[in-house]
Amino acid sequence: MTGLLDDLLGGLALGAVYALVALGFVVIFKASGVLSFAHGSLLLFGGYLIAVLHDDLGFAGALAVAVLATALLAGALDRLLLQRGDPGPGAAHVQTIVTIGVDIVLLTELSRRIGGDLLPLGDPWGDAVTGLGPVTVADSRLAAIVVSAVSIASVFALFRYTRWGLSLRAAGEDVEAAALMGVRLSRVRTLAWCLAGGLAALAAVFLAAFPAPGLERTTGQIALKAFPAAVLGGMASPVGALAGSLLIGLTEALVAGHQSELSLLGEGFADVAPYAVMVLVLLVRPTGLFGTRGAARV
Amino acid sequence: MPEAPPDDPPALYVEHVDVTYGRAVSALRDVSLTVPHGRVVALLGANGAGKSTLLRAVSGTLRLHRGAITAGRVRYGGTVLDGRDPVAAVRAGVVQVPEGRRVFAGLTVDENLRSGGLGLGRRGPAQTAEARDRVFTLFPRLAERSRQAAGLLSGGEQQMLAIGRALMAAPRLLLLDEPSLGLAPLMVDRIAEVVREIHAQGTAVLLVEQNAGMALSLADHAHVLETGEVRLSGPASDLAGTDAVRRLYLGEEGAA
Ligand SMILES: Nc1ncnc2c1ncn2[C@@H]1O[C@H](COP(=O)(O)OP(=O)(O)OP(=O)(O)O)[C@@H](O)[C@H]1O
Ligand SMILES: [Mg+2]
Repeated sequence: MTGLLDDLLGGLALGAVYALVALGFVVIFKASGVLSFAHGSLLLFGGYLIAVLHDDLGFAGALAVAVLATALLAGALDRLLLQRGDPGPGAAHVQTIVTIGVDIVLLTELSRRIGGDLLPLGDPWGDAVTGLGPVTVADSRLAAIVVSAVSIASVFALFRYTRWGLSLRAAGEDVEAAALMGVRLSRVRTLAWCLAGGLAALAAVFLAAFPAPGLERTTGQIALKAFPAAVLGGMASPVGALAGSLLIGLTEALVAGHQSELSLLGEGFADVAPYAVMVLVLLVRPTGLFGTRGAARV
Repeated sequence: MPEAPPDDPPALYVEHVDVTYGRAVSALRDVSLTVPHGRVVALLGANGAGKSTLLRAVSGTLRLHRGAITAGRVRYGGTVLDGRDPVAAVRAGVVQVPEGRRVFAGLTVDENLRSGGLGLGRRGPAQTAEARDRVFTLFPRLAERSRQAAGLLSGGEQQMLAIGRALMAAPRLLLLDEPSLGLAPLMVDRIAEVVREIHAQGTAVLLVEQNAGMALSLADHAHVLETGEVRLSGPASDLAGTDAVRRLYLGEEGAA
Protein backbone atom coordinates (compact mmCIF):
# COMPACT_ATOMS: atom_id res chain seq x y z
CA MET A 1 0.00 0.00 0.00
CA THR A 2 2.70 2.50 0.95
CA GLY A 3 4.48 1.27 -2.16
CA LEU A 4 1.55 2.44 -4.23
CA LEU A 5 1.36 5.78 -2.42
CA ASP A 6 5.08 6.22 -2.96
CA ASP A 7 4.67 5.56 -6.63
CA LEU A 8 1.74 7.95 -6.88
CA LEU A 9 3.63 10.77 -5.18
CA GLY A 10 6.69 10.08 -7.27
CA GLY A 11 4.56 10.06 -10.39
CA LEU A 12 2.90 13.31 -9.40
CA ALA A 13 6.28 14.97 -8.90
CA LEU A 14 7.53 13.62 -12.20
CA GLY A 15 4.37 14.70 -13.98
CA ALA A 16 4.61 18.17 -12.46
CA VAL A 17 8.09 18.57 -13.88
CA TYR A 18 7.08 17.19 -17.27
CA ALA A 19 4.27 19.73 -17.21
CA LEU A 20 6.76 22.59 -16.98
CA VAL A 21 8.42 21.34 -20.14
CA ALA A 22 5.22 20.31 -21.94
CA LEU A 23 3.62 23.67 -21.22
CA GLY A 24 6.61 25.25 -22.94
CA PHE A 25 6.04 23.07 -26.01
CA VAL A 26 2.40 24.07 -26.09
CA VAL A 27 2.99 27.79 -25.63
CA ILE A 28 5.56 27.78 -28.42
CA PHE A 29 3.31 25.74 -30.67
CA LYS A 30 0.33 28.00 -30.10
CA ALA A 31 2.33 31.13 -30.72
CA SER A 32 4.41 30.04 -33.67
CA GLY A 33 3.18 26.66 -34.93
CA VAL A 34 6.70 25.36 -34.33
CA LEU A 35 7.56 22.10 -32.58
CA SER A 36 10.65 23.10 -30.65
CA PHE A 37 13.20 20.32 -30.86
CA ALA A 38 15.66 22.66 -29.16
CA HIS A 39 13.76 22.43 -25.91
CA GLY A 40 15.89 19.67 -24.40
CA SER A 41 19.10 21.57 -24.92
CA LEU A 42 17.54 24.80 -23.65
CA LEU A 43 16.66 22.92 -20.48
CA LEU A 44 20.23 21.61 -20.26
CA PHE A 45 21.54 25.14 -20.82
CA GLY A 46 19.52 26.40 -17.87
CA GLY A 47 20.66 23.53 -15.67
CA TYR A 48 24.29 24.03 -16.66
CA LEU A 49 24.15 27.72 -15.75
CA ILE A 50 22.82 26.87 -12.28
CA ALA A 51 25.57 24.27 -11.89
CA VAL A 52 28.37 26.70 -12.67
CA LEU A 53 26.87 29.74 -10.94
CA HIS A 54 25.50 28.45 -7.65
CA ASP A 55 28.85 28.53 -5.84
CA ASP A 56 29.16 32.24 -6.43
CA LEU A 57 25.57 33.42 -6.46
CA GLY A 58 23.92 30.93 -4.15
CA PHE A 59 21.21 28.62 -5.37
CA ALA A 60 18.44 31.22 -5.59
CA GLY A 61 20.63 33.73 -7.40
CA ALA A 62 21.89 31.11 -9.83
CA LEU A 63 18.34 29.94 -10.48
CA ALA A 64 17.14 33.47 -11.16
CA VAL A 65 20.01 34.13 -13.57
CA ALA A 66 19.50 30.79 -15.30
CA VAL A 67 15.77 31.26 -15.77
CA LEU A 68 16.33 34.73 -17.16
CA ALA A 69 19.23 33.73 -19.39
CA THR A 70 17.41 30.71 -20.80
CA ALA A 71 14.35 32.85 -21.44
CA LEU A 72 16.52 35.35 -23.29
CA LEU A 73 18.29 32.63 -25.26
CA ALA A 74 14.96 31.12 -26.34
CA GLY A 75 13.61 34.55 -27.25
CA ALA A 76 16.76 35.38 -29.21
CA LEU A 77 16.55 32.06 -31.01
CA ASP A 78 13.04 32.94 -32.11
CA ARG A 79 13.71 36.57 -32.97
CA LEU A 80 17.12 36.31 -34.60
CA LEU A 81 16.90 32.93 -36.27
CA LEU A 82 13.38 31.65 -36.75
CA GLN A 83 11.61 34.91 -37.56
CA ARG A 84 14.30 35.87 -40.05
CA GLY A 85 13.00 33.36 -42.56
CA ASP A 86 10.14 33.65 -45.00
CA PRO A 87 6.90 34.27 -43.03
CA GLY A 88 4.49 32.71 -45.53
CA PRO A 89 2.40 29.57 -45.08
CA GLY A 90 4.56 26.54 -44.36
CA ALA A 91 7.13 28.65 -42.54
CA ALA A 92 6.49 26.78 -39.30
CA HIS A 93 7.75 23.54 -40.81
CA VAL A 94 10.98 25.14 -41.91
CA GLN A 95 11.41 26.70 -38.48
CA THR A 96 10.79 23.36 -36.79
CA ILE A 97 13.69 21.92 -38.75
CA VAL A 98 15.84 24.90 -37.82
CA THR A 99 15.23 24.06 -34.14
CA ILE A 100 16.71 20.61 -34.77
CA GLY A 101 19.88 22.28 -36.01
CA VAL A 102 19.94 24.60 -33.01
CA ASP A 103 19.50 21.62 -30.70
CA ILE A 104 22.48 19.84 -32.23
CA VAL A 105 24.75 22.87 -31.91
CA LEU A 106 23.71 23.68 -28.35
CA LEU A 107 23.78 20.08 -27.18
CA THR A 108 27.22 19.47 -28.69
CA GLU A 109 28.69 22.46 -26.92
CA LEU A 110 27.05 21.68 -23.58
CA SER A 111 28.05 18.01 -23.78
CA ARG A 112 31.63 19.04 -24.44
CA ARG A 113 31.59 21.19 -21.30
CA ILE A 114 29.81 18.71 -19.07
CA GLY A 115 31.60 15.63 -20.35
CA GLY A 116 30.89 12.58 -18.23
CA ASP A 117 30.38 14.62 -15.05
CA LEU A 118 27.45 14.71 -12.69
CA LEU A 119 27.02 18.34 -11.71
CA PRO A 120 25.28 19.24 -8.44
CA LEU A 121 23.00 22.26 -8.68
CA GLY A 122 23.33 23.19 -5.02
CA ASP A 123 19.61 22.99 -4.33
CA PRO A 124 18.55 23.42 -0.69
CA TRP A 125 16.64 20.13 -0.43
CA GLY A 126 19.52 17.67 -0.78
CA ASP A 127 18.39 14.17 0.10
CA ALA A 128 16.18 15.24 3.01
CA VAL A 129 12.83 13.52 3.42
CA THR A 130 9.58 14.40 5.13
CA GLY A 131 7.11 11.98 6.66
CA LEU A 132 3.56 12.35 5.41
CA GLY A 133 1.42 9.88 7.33
CA PRO A 134 2.41 6.43 6.17
CA VAL A 135 4.87 7.55 3.51
CA THR A 136 8.13 9.41 3.47
CA VAL A 137 8.67 11.76 0.56
CA ALA A 138 11.84 13.37 -0.66
CA ASP A 139 11.70 17.11 -0.03
CA SER A 140 12.89 17.65 -3.56
CA ARG A 141 9.77 15.95 -4.83
CA LEU A 142 7.49 18.04 -2.64
CA ALA A 143 9.30 21.12 -3.87
CA ALA A 144 8.85 19.95 -7.46
CA ILE A 145 5.11 19.59 -6.92
CA VAL A 146 4.68 22.92 -5.14
CA VAL A 147 6.92 24.98 -7.43
CA SER A 148 5.41 23.46 -10.58
CA ALA A 149 1.88 24.01 -9.34
CA VAL A 150 2.58 27.65 -8.54
CA SER A 151 4.38 28.25 -11.83
CA ILE A 152 1.71 26.55 -13.88
CA ALA A 153 -1.06 28.44 -12.11
CA SER A 154 0.79 31.68 -12.85
CA VAL A 155 1.09 30.78 -16.51
CA PHE A 156 -2.63 30.05 -16.69
CA ALA A 157 -3.33 33.40 -15.05
CA LEU A 158 -1.15 35.05 -17.72
CA PHE A 159 -3.21 33.35 -20.43
CA ARG A 160 -6.47 34.46 -18.94
CA TYR A 161 -5.87 37.92 -17.57
CA THR A 162 -3.20 39.65 -19.62
CA ARG A 163 -3.19 41.29 -23.02
CA TRP A 164 -0.34 39.00 -23.99
CA GLY A 165 -2.39 35.96 -23.03
CA LEU A 166 -5.39 37.13 -25.02
CA SER A 167 -3.13 37.92 -27.98
CA LEU A 168 -1.57 34.47 -27.77
CA ARG A 169 -4.90 32.68 -27.61
CA ALA A 170 -6.33 34.76 -30.44
CA ALA A 171 -3.27 34.13 -32.62
CA GLY A 172 -3.46 30.44 -31.74
CA GLU A 173 -6.99 30.39 -33.15
CA ASP A 174 -6.44 32.47 -36.27
CA VAL A 175 -3.18 34.21 -37.04
CA GLU A 176 -4.56 36.47 -39.75
CA ALA A 177 -7.61 37.59 -37.81
CA ALA A 178 -5.35 38.35 -34.83
CA ALA A 179 -3.05 40.36 -37.09
CA LEU A 180 -6.07 42.32 -38.33
CA MET A 181 -6.88 43.26 -34.74
CA GLY A 182 -3.41 44.73 -34.47
CA VAL A 183 -1.84 41.93 -32.46
CA ARG A 184 1.91 42.19 -32.87
CA LEU A 185 2.50 38.58 -33.75
CA SER A 186 6.28 38.67 -33.67
CA ARG A 187 6.35 40.18 -30.20
CA VAL A 188 3.72 37.80 -28.87
CA ARG A 189 5.58 34.79 -30.12
CA THR A 190 8.97 35.93 -28.90
CA LEU A 191 7.51 36.39 -25.43
CA ALA A 192 6.06 32.88 -25.71
CA TRP A 193 9.50 31.49 -26.49
CA CYS A 194 10.94 33.39 -23.52
CA LEU A 195 8.32 31.98 -21.19
CA ALA A 196 8.93 28.44 -22.45
CA GLY A 197 12.68 28.88 -22.02
CA GLY A 198 12.27 30.07 -18.44
CA LEU A 199 10.02 27.12 -17.61
CA ALA A 200 12.57 24.71 -19.08
CA ALA A 201 15.34 26.13 -16.89
CA LEU A 202 13.09 25.73 -13.86
CA ALA A 203 12.37 22.12 -14.81
CA ALA A 204 16.12 21.42 -14.98
CA VAL A 205 16.38 22.01 -11.22
CA PHE A 206 14.02 19.19 -10.35
CA LEU A 207 15.36 16.82 -12.96
CA ALA A 208 18.81 17.11 -11.46
CA ALA A 209 17.66 17.10 -7.82
CA PHE A 210 17.41 14.06 -5.55
CA PRO A 211 16.72 11.17 -6.29
CA ALA A 212 18.53 12.00 -9.53
CA PRO A 213 22.29 12.09 -9.00
CA GLY A 214 22.81 15.55 -10.56
CA LEU A 215 22.87 17.23 -13.94
CA GLU A 216 24.20 15.07 -16.75
CA ARG A 217 24.62 15.78 -20.41
CA THR A 218 21.61 13.51 -21.01
CA THR A 219 19.27 15.42 -18.67
CA GLY A 220 17.84 17.34 -21.61
CA GLN A 221 16.45 14.15 -23.07
CA ILE A 222 13.62 14.54 -20.61
CA ALA A 223 12.08 16.73 -23.28
CA LEU A 224 11.51 13.53 -25.21
CA LYS A 225 9.01 12.50 -22.55
CA ALA A 226 7.30 15.84 -22.17
CA PHE A 227 6.77 15.86 -25.91
CA PRO A 228 4.29 12.95 -25.90
CA ALA A 229 2.64 14.60 -22.90
CA ALA A 230 2.00 17.70 -25.01
CA VAL A 231 0.88 15.69 -28.02
CA LEU A 232 -1.56 13.54 -26.11
CA GLY A 233 -2.98 16.65 -24.49
CA GLY A 234 -3.80 18.04 -27.92
CA MET A 235 -0.59 20.03 -28.60
CA ALA A 236 -2.28 23.44 -28.56
CA SER A 237 -4.02 23.01 -25.22
CA PRO A 238 -2.27 24.09 -22.01
CA VAL A 239 -4.81 22.17 -19.92
CA GLY A 240 -4.18 19.16 -22.11
CA ALA A 241 -0.44 19.45 -21.58
CA LEU A 242 -0.99 19.47 -17.85
CA ALA A 243 -3.27 16.42 -17.95
CA GLY A 244 -0.96 14.63 -20.36
CA SER A 245 2.07 15.30 -18.17
CA LEU A 246 0.41 13.96 -15.04
CA LEU A 247 -0.79 10.91 -16.94
CA ILE A 248 2.67 10.18 -18.24
CA GLY A 249 4.41 10.91 -14.94
CA LEU A 250 2.07 8.57 -13.08
CA THR A 251 2.33 5.87 -15.72
CA GLU A 252 6.07 6.00 -15.65
CA ALA A 253 6.27 5.85 -11.87
CA LEU A 254 3.77 3.01 -11.62
CA VAL A 255 5.47 1.01 -14.35
CA ALA A 256 8.85 1.55 -12.72
CA GLY A 257 7.41 0.54 -9.35
CA HIS A 258 6.04 -2.69 -10.77
CA GLN A 259 8.87 -3.39 -13.17
CA SER A 260 9.29 -6.96 -11.89
CA GLU A 261 5.62 -7.87 -12.46
CA LEU A 262 5.74 -6.30 -15.90
CA SER A 263 8.96 -8.04 -16.94
CA LEU A 264 7.03 -9.54 -19.83
CA LEU A 265 7.15 -6.09 -21.43
CA GLY A 266 10.91 -5.89 -21.14
CA GLU A 267 13.37 -4.26 -18.75
CA GLY A 268 13.25 -0.67 -19.94
CA PHE A 269 9.50 -0.41 -20.32
CA ALA A 270 9.31 2.59 -17.99
CA ASP A 271 11.20 4.61 -20.60
CA VAL A 272 8.92 3.54 -23.40
CA ALA A 273 5.71 3.90 -21.38
CA PRO A 274 5.13 7.59 -22.24
CA TYR A 275 5.05 6.74 -25.92
CA ALA A 276 2.88 3.69 -25.35
CA VAL A 277 0.38 5.88 -23.46
CA MET A 278 0.51 8.50 -26.18
CA VAL A 279 -0.21 5.96 -28.90
CA LEU A 280 -3.08 4.46 -26.88
CA VAL A 281 -4.67 7.85 -26.25
CA LEU A 282 -4.30 8.91 -29.86
CA LEU A 283 -5.87 5.67 -31.04
CA VAL A 284 -8.98 6.49 -29.04
CA ARG A 285 -8.89 10.28 -29.50
CA PRO A 286 -6.88 11.23 -32.57
CA THR A 287 -6.97 14.93 -31.68
CA GLY A 288 -5.60 14.35 -28.19
CA LEU A 289 -7.37 14.68 -24.87
CA PHE A 290 -8.25 18.36 -25.27
CA GLY A 291 -7.65 18.76 -28.97
CA THR A 292 -11.21 19.51 -30.02
CA ARG A 293 -11.93 22.55 -27.89
CA GLY A 294 -13.44 25.41 -29.83
CA ALA A 295 -15.76 23.40 -32.04
CA ALA A 296 -16.26 25.75 -34.94
CA ARG A 297 -19.30 26.17 -37.08
CA VAL A 298 -18.40 27.09 -40.62
CA MET B 1 -12.04 59.33 -30.87
CA PRO B 2 -8.62 60.56 -32.01
CA GLU B 3 -8.89 64.05 -33.40
CA ALA B 4 -8.18 64.78 -37.05
CA PRO B 5 -6.94 68.19 -38.11
CA PRO B 6 -10.13 69.96 -39.28
CA ASP B 7 -8.59 70.92 -42.62
CA ASP B 8 -7.64 67.33 -43.35
CA PRO B 9 -10.49 64.89 -42.83
CA PRO B 10 -8.68 61.62 -43.44
CA ALA B 11 -9.61 59.78 -46.59
CA LEU B 12 -8.25 56.50 -47.85
CA TYR B 13 -6.24 56.83 -51.03
CA VAL B 14 -5.29 53.77 -53.05
CA GLU B 15 -3.10 55.07 -55.88
CA HIS B 16 -2.06 53.01 -58.91
CA VAL B 17 -1.50 49.89 -56.84
CA ASP B 18 -0.11 46.65 -58.26
CA VAL B 19 -0.17 43.53 -56.09
CA THR B 20 1.66 40.30 -56.79
CA TYR B 21 1.42 37.00 -54.92
CA GLY B 22 4.48 34.79 -54.61
CA ARG B 23 6.45 37.12 -56.89
CA ALA B 24 4.57 35.68 -59.87
CA VAL B 25 0.77 35.87 -59.70
CA SER B 26 -0.44 39.36 -60.52
CA ALA B 27 -3.66 40.02 -58.61
CA LEU B 28 -4.13 43.81 -58.94
CA ARG B 29 -2.96 46.13 -61.70
CA ASP B 30 -3.00 49.92 -61.51
CA VAL B 31 -5.90 50.05 -59.08
CA SER B 32 -6.91 53.44 -57.73
CA LEU B 33 -9.80 54.40 -55.52
CA THR B 34 -10.64 56.83 -52.77
CA VAL B 35 -12.84 56.45 -49.71
CA PRO B 36 -13.63 59.97 -48.49
CA HIS B 37 -14.09 60.65 -44.81
CA GLY B 38 -17.43 59.38 -43.52
CA ARG B 39 -18.59 57.85 -46.79
CA VAL B 40 -19.62 54.36 -47.84
CA VAL B 41 -17.83 53.08 -50.93
CA ALA B 42 -18.72 49.73 -52.50
CA LEU B 43 -16.25 47.47 -54.25
CA LEU B 44 -17.92 44.88 -56.45
CA GLY B 45 -16.52 42.02 -58.44
CA ALA B 46 -16.84 38.32 -59.16
CA ASN B 47 -14.88 35.56 -57.41
CA GLY B 48 -11.16 36.06 -57.85
CA ALA B 49 -11.49 39.64 -59.09
CA GLY B 50 -9.09 40.86 -56.40
CA LYS B 51 -11.45 42.43 -53.87
CA SER B 52 -9.95 40.75 -50.82
CA THR B 53 -6.49 41.44 -52.20
CA LEU B 54 -7.24 45.15 -52.23
CA LEU B 55 -8.39 45.06 -48.60
CA ARG B 56 -5.24 43.14 -47.65
CA ALA B 57 -3.17 45.80 -49.37
CA VAL B 58 -4.82 48.41 -47.15
CA SER B 59 -4.75 46.44 -43.89
CA GLY B 60 -1.17 45.28 -44.31
CA THR B 61 -1.87 41.55 -44.33
CA LEU B 62 -0.58 40.70 -47.81
CA ARG B 63 2.65 39.42 -46.28
CA LEU B 64 0.71 36.63 -44.55
CA HIS B 65 -0.26 35.44 -48.04
CA ARG B 66 3.17 35.84 -49.60
CA GLY B 67 1.84 38.86 -51.45
CA ALA B 68 3.28 42.34 -51.82
CA ILE B 69 2.45 45.75 -53.22
CA THR B 70 4.86 46.06 -56.14
CA ALA B 71 3.84 49.52 -57.29
CA GLY B 72 1.72 52.43 -56.12
CA ARG B 73 0.79 53.91 -52.78
CA VAL B 74 -1.78 53.31 -50.05
CA ARG B 75 -2.30 56.07 -47.54
CA TYR B 76 -4.89 57.11 -45.02
CA GLY B 77 -4.85 60.84 -44.66
CA GLY B 78 -1.19 61.59 -44.10
CA THR B 79 -0.28 58.08 -42.95
CA VAL B 80 1.42 55.87 -45.52
CA LEU B 81 0.11 52.32 -45.14
CA ASP B 82 1.87 50.39 -47.90
CA GLY B 83 4.84 48.44 -46.64
CA ARG B 84 3.62 48.76 -43.04
CA ASP B 85 2.33 46.03 -40.74
CA PRO B 86 -1.34 45.61 -39.76
CA VAL B 87 -0.78 47.43 -36.47
CA ALA B 88 -0.07 50.61 -38.41
CA ALA B 89 -3.45 50.45 -40.10
CA VAL B 90 -5.29 49.75 -36.83
CA ARG B 91 -3.49 52.61 -35.10
CA ALA B 92 -4.34 54.93 -37.98
CA GLY B 93 -8.00 54.02 -37.52
CA VAL B 94 -8.43 51.57 -40.40
CA VAL B 95 -9.76 48.17 -39.32
CA GLN B 96 -10.69 45.21 -41.52
CA VAL B 97 -13.37 42.59 -40.93
CA PRO B 98 -12.06 39.55 -42.79
CA GLU B 99 -13.98 37.51 -45.34
CA GLY B 100 -15.68 34.51 -43.76
CA ARG B 101 -15.98 36.24 -40.35
CA ARG B 102 -13.00 34.47 -38.78
CA VAL B 103 -14.09 34.93 -35.17
CA PHE B 104 -11.88 33.24 -32.57
CA ALA B 105 -14.03 30.15 -32.19
CA GLY B 106 -12.55 28.86 -28.94
CA LEU B 107 -12.68 32.23 -27.21
CA THR B 108 -15.81 33.62 -25.62
CA VAL B 109 -17.81 36.39 -27.26
CA ASP B 110 -16.48 38.76 -24.64
CA GLU B 111 -12.87 37.73 -25.25
CA ASN B 112 -13.38 38.17 -28.98
CA LEU B 113 -14.53 41.70 -28.33
CA ARG B 114 -11.63 42.42 -26.02
CA SER B 115 -9.24 41.14 -28.69
CA GLY B 116 -10.56 43.86 -30.98
CA GLY B 117 -8.90 46.45 -28.76
CA LEU B 118 -5.49 44.75 -28.69
CA GLY B 119 -4.05 46.93 -31.44
CA LEU B 120 -4.57 50.16 -29.57
CA GLY B 121 -2.10 49.53 -26.79
CA ARG B 122 -3.03 49.63 -23.16
CA ARG B 123 -6.54 50.89 -22.49
CA GLY B 124 -8.21 51.34 -19.17
CA PRO B 125 -11.08 49.02 -18.24
CA ALA B 126 -13.41 52.01 -18.45
CA GLN B 127 -12.52 52.66 -22.08
CA THR B 128 -12.91 48.98 -22.94
CA ALA B 129 -16.29 48.85 -21.20
CA GLU B 130 -17.44 51.94 -23.05
CA ALA B 131 -16.45 50.50 -26.43
CA ARG B 132 -18.15 47.23 -25.51
CA ASP B 133 -21.34 49.02 -24.51
CA ARG B 134 -21.44 50.69 -27.91
CA VAL B 135 -21.11 47.30 -29.60
CA PHE B 136 -23.79 45.79 -27.38
CA THR B 137 -26.17 48.62 -28.24
CA LEU B 138 -25.67 47.81 -31.89
CA PHE B 139 -25.84 44.03 -31.34
CA PRO B 140 -27.96 43.19 -28.27
CA ARG B 141 -27.65 39.50 -29.22
CA LEU B 142 -23.95 39.58 -28.38
CA ALA B 143 -24.62 40.93 -24.91
CA GLU B 144 -26.87 37.97 -24.17
CA ARG B 145 -24.23 35.52 -25.28
CA SER B 146 -21.10 37.25 -24.04
CA ARG B 147 -19.85 34.26 -22.04
CA GLN B 148 -20.44 31.71 -24.78
CA ALA B 149 -17.75 30.33 -27.10
CA ALA B 150 -17.87 32.27 -30.36
CA GLY B 151 -17.72 29.06 -32.37
CA LEU B 152 -21.18 28.15 -31.13
CA LEU B 153 -22.87 31.26 -32.50
CA SER B 154 -24.94 31.10 -35.68
CA GLY B 155 -23.41 32.39 -38.92
CA GLY B 156 -25.24 35.70 -38.66
CA GLU B 157 -24.26 36.16 -35.04
CA GLN B 158 -20.65 35.39 -35.93
CA GLN B 159 -20.75 38.09 -38.60
CA MET B 160 -22.06 40.53 -36.03
CA LEU B 161 -19.34 39.51 -33.63
CA ALA B 162 -16.71 39.97 -36.35
CA ILE B 163 -18.02 43.49 -36.99
CA GLY B 164 -18.35 44.23 -33.27
CA ARG B 165 -14.80 43.03 -32.67
CA ALA B 166 -13.52 45.46 -35.30
CA LEU B 167 -15.58 48.29 -33.81
CA MET B 168 -13.82 47.76 -30.48
CA ALA B 169 -10.81 49.45 -32.06
CA ALA B 170 -12.95 52.58 -32.67
CA PRO B 171 -12.13 52.71 -36.40
CA ARG B 172 -12.64 55.79 -38.56
CA LEU B 173 -12.67 53.56 -41.64
CA LEU B 174 -14.10 50.05 -41.56
CA LEU B 175 -13.17 47.57 -44.28
CA LEU B 176 -15.88 44.95 -44.69
CA ASP B 177 -15.15 41.86 -46.80
CA GLU B 178 -18.38 40.26 -48.04
CA PRO B 179 -20.36 40.56 -44.81
CA SER B 180 -23.47 39.06 -46.47
CA LEU B 181 -21.64 35.90 -47.54
CA GLY B 182 -23.68 32.79 -46.80
CA LEU B 183 -26.39 34.59 -44.85
CA ALA B 184 -30.17 34.29 -45.24
CA PRO B 185 -31.95 37.33 -46.81
CA LEU B 186 -33.33 38.48 -43.47
CA MET B 187 -29.85 38.49 -41.98
CA VAL B 188 -28.48 40.33 -45.04
CA ASP B 189 -31.02 43.08 -44.39
CA ARG B 190 -29.93 43.21 -40.78
CA ILE B 191 -26.28 43.58 -41.83
CA ALA B 192 -27.25 46.37 -44.23
CA GLU B 193 -29.01 48.12 -41.36
CA VAL B 194 -25.88 47.79 -39.24
CA VAL B 195 -23.69 49.27 -41.95
CA ARG B 196 -26.09 52.21 -42.20
CA GLU B 197 -25.94 52.67 -38.45
CA ILE B 198 -22.14 52.56 -38.38
CA HIS B 199 -22.04 55.08 -41.21
CA ALA B 200 -24.50 57.32 -39.41
CA GLN B 201 -22.15 57.37 -36.42
CA GLY B 202 -19.49 58.90 -38.65
CA THR B 203 -17.40 55.89 -39.63
CA ALA B 204 -16.44 55.50 -43.29
CA VAL B 205 -16.95 52.06 -44.83
CA LEU B 206 -15.28 50.31 -47.73
CA LEU B 207 -17.77 47.56 -48.48
CA VAL B 208 -16.66 44.59 -50.55
CA GLU B 209 -19.61 42.61 -51.84
CA GLN B 210 -20.82 40.19 -54.46
CA ASN B 211 -24.35 41.11 -53.43
CA ALA B 212 -24.39 44.20 -55.62
CA GLY B 213 -28.00 45.04 -54.84
CA MET B 214 -27.29 45.37 -51.16
CA ALA B 215 -23.97 47.16 -51.62
CA LEU B 216 -25.26 49.72 -54.12
CA SER B 217 -28.22 50.54 -51.91
CA LEU B 218 -25.80 51.48 -49.13
CA ALA B 219 -22.96 53.13 -50.97
CA ASP B 220 -22.40 56.65 -52.22
CA HIS B 221 -19.80 55.55 -54.70
CA ALA B 222 -18.88 52.19 -56.22
CA HIS B 223 -16.14 50.50 -58.17
CA VAL B 224 -16.25 47.26 -60.11
CA LEU B 225 -13.12 45.11 -60.18
CA GLU B 226 -12.56 42.60 -62.92
CA THR B 227 -9.50 40.31 -62.98
CA GLY B 228 -7.44 42.74 -60.98
CA GLU B 229 -8.39 45.97 -62.73
CA VAL B 230 -11.00 48.63 -62.03
CA ARG B 231 -13.48 48.19 -64.83
CA LEU B 232 -16.16 50.69 -63.76
CA SER B 233 -16.39 53.53 -61.23
CA GLY B 234 -19.06 56.01 -60.41
CA PRO B 235 -21.85 57.10 -58.11
CA ALA B 236 -23.66 54.03 -56.80
CA SER B 237 -26.99 55.10 -58.28
CA ASP B 238 -25.40 55.46 -61.74
CA LEU B 239 -23.73 52.07 -61.52
CA ALA B 240 -26.92 50.38 -60.45
CA GLY B 241 -28.37 51.53 -63.78
CA THR B 242 -25.45 50.34 -65.87
CA ASP B 243 -26.22 47.43 -68.16
CA ALA B 244 -22.98 45.65 -67.35
CA VAL B 245 -23.57 45.78 -63.60
CA ARG B 246 -27.20 44.75 -63.93
CA ARG B 247 -26.29 41.81 -66.09
CA LEU B 248 -23.17 40.71 -64.23
CA TYR B 249 -23.94 41.35 -60.60
CA LEU B 250 -27.57 42.07 -60.06
CA GLY B 251 -28.82 38.98 -61.91
CA GLU B 252 -32.52 38.65 -62.45
CA GLU B 253 -33.34 40.89 -59.56
CA GLY B 254 -31.61 43.82 -61.25
CA ALA B 255 -32.78 43.03 -64.78
CA ALA B 256 -36.43 42.82 -63.75
N1 LIG C 1 -2.52 33.65 -51.19
C1 LIG C 1 -2.59 33.71 -52.53
N2 LIG C 1 -1.60 33.23 -53.29
C2 LIG C 1 -1.67 33.29 -54.63
N3 LIG C 1 -2.68 33.84 -55.30
C3 LIG C 1 -3.71 34.34 -54.60
C4 LIG C 1 -3.72 34.30 -53.19
N4 LIG C 1 -4.86 34.88 -52.75
C5 LIG C 1 -5.53 35.24 -53.85
N5 LIG C 1 -4.84 34.92 -54.96
C6 LIG C 1 -5.25 35.20 -56.34
O1 LIG C 1 -5.46 36.56 -56.50
C7 LIG C 1 -6.63 36.80 -57.25
C8 LIG C 1 -7.59 37.65 -56.48
O2 LIG C 1 -8.03 36.94 -55.32
P1 LIG C 1 -8.94 37.60 -54.22
O3 LIG C 1 -9.04 36.65 -53.10
O4 LIG C 1 -8.46 38.96 -53.94
O5 LIG C 1 -10.34 37.69 -54.98
P2 LIG C 1 -11.76 38.12 -54.45
O6 LIG C 1 -12.27 39.14 -55.37
O7 LIG C 1 -11.70 38.47 -53.02
O8 LIG C 1 -12.59 36.78 -54.63
P3 LIG C 1 -13.76 36.17 -53.72
O9 LIG C 1 -15.01 36.89 -54.09
O10 LIG C 1 -13.82 34.75 -54.14
O11 LIG C 1 -13.38 36.35 -52.30
C9 LIG C 1 -7.20 35.43 -57.61
O12 LIG C 1 -6.76 35.10 -58.91
C10 LIG C 1 -6.56 34.51 -56.63
O13 LIG C 1 -6.37 33.24 -57.17
MG1 LIG D 1 -12.48 37.72 -51.32
